[in-house]
Amino acid sequence: MLALLQDEPKYGYQLRGEFEAATGATWPLNIGQVYTTLTRLERDGLVRAASSEGDGRSMYEITDAGRTELANWFQTPVARESRPRDELAIKLALALAVPGVDVSAVVQRQRMSTMQSLQELTRQKRNSAEGEISWQLVIESMIFGAEAEIRWLDHCEAMLLRHRGKPRPAPQTYDVPADQEARS
Amino acid sequence: MILDIRKLTRTHGQGEQAVHALRGVDLAVAPGELVAVMGPSGSGKSTLLTCAGGLDQPTAGEVLVDGNDLTTLGRNAVAALRRRRIGYVFQDFNLIPALTAAENVALPLELDGTRSRAAYKHAVTALQEVGIEELADRFPDDMSGGQRQRVAIARAIVGERRLLLADEPTGALDSDTGEAVLRLLRDRCDQHGIGGVLVTHDARHAAWADRVVYLRDGVLVGQAGPLPDADALLQESR
Ligand SMILES: Nc1ncnc2c1ncn2[C@@H]1O[C@H](COP(=O)(O)OP(=O)(O)O)[C@@H](O)[C@H]1O
Ligand SMILES: [Mg+2]
Repeated sequence: MLALLQDEPKYGYQLRGEFEAATGATWPLNIGQVYTTLTRLERDGLVRAASSEGDGRSMYEITDAGRTELANWFQTPVARESRPRDELAIKLALALAVPGVDVSAVVQRQRMSTMQSLQELTRQKRNSAEGEISWQLVIESMIFGAEAEIRWLDHCEAMLLRHRGKPRPAPQTYDVPADQEARS
Repeated sequence: MILDIRKLTRTHGQGEQAVHALRGVDLAVAPGELVAVMGPSGSGKSTLLTCAGGLDQPTAGEVLVDGNDLTTLGRNAVAALRRRRIGYVFQDFNLIPALTAAENVALPLELDGTRSRAAYKHAVTALQEVGIEELADRFPDDMSGGQRQRVAIARAIVGERRLLLADEPTGALDSDTGEAVLRLLRDRCDQHGIGGVLVTHDARHAAWADRVVYLRDGVLVGQAGPLPDADALLQESR
């Protein structure tokens, strides 16, 4: 949400549309989730309600604390353990969609972070005893996962290089959905 | 440090056509440490290894092997250091087909003046250490890829080598055989205090290293694993 708010204040339904546009509608959000999240962000001081247009719907804008939080998020690689949904894919999709993020730096930091997990898994594999076949299977499954992620990152980087220099598509605009209008 | 590379720059050609294969790379490898080098093709990985092994001359910077700066030594001295201290493993093994496994492994020692009988003995010991002593009298053409790579590794560690440089040593091997080669390189570094540099594009293989560095356009852009020399840094700061 913070990523999508960084250029200008937006309405909840706009955020929902832009999130789905950036991540290819792979992780559909319902409008309730958007407002729950905004309320939580507001409580934490990361966004605030900006001028509403007198129609009851609020626009939200990012605060300075929110910008700091956002910069931290883009700078922090996603840990391989404890990943809600696919935070990494979401992060890269958003890094591409919003202006001013050094996407190859995000990819590179992630690559080295995942490499570090892969090293740790390999160490555990090396130290596992001959007979621990079930444990080895589990480690091997995590090794394949980390390896696939690194290959995917290489692939993302190659795609980015090919697309560098091509103009960004014009920002999408969102019409107010009919049901929203009806409610307000 | 077994290998200490400082501000290494290698430029091919001049002027408009100049290709900057390496631009100010620093890399230090301690005894017993295995460092993996990754990066897209053309990023300078092989150039880094050939400079470290004295097979290529840097444009600028220093390459210290066991304290000797290859860039200031004469050609003969570099060649001698290469024969005695540095082992090189290539993707395509580079074995001589007309020689048996043991003869291939003994060759660098013989070139360095060791008598044939003694060289042969050292060769058999090295083959033993890589687990294929029974193949000593076989010719490369009668071996599998994995076996040939073991012979090449034996040749790279025979005698008193201190630095092992491997450029895509698993590139021509299937995944299991490749992993066995990594296990071998890893054990060599752990048990014999050799410093190793491994170029690979395979993350699964790089993960066997203590440290993984990432090259892009001739510059090191990332590193995974424990910080180089964390202990030494702590001691320096005391
Ligand atoms: N002898 C040479 N003459 C001119 N350019 C070279 C020569 N050797 C390597 N290069 C160039 O230097 C760069 C790095 O090459 P290399 O070290 O082989 O990369 P890598 O091993 O990472 O694929 C590449 O752009 C390559 O074309
Ligand atoms: Mg190469």
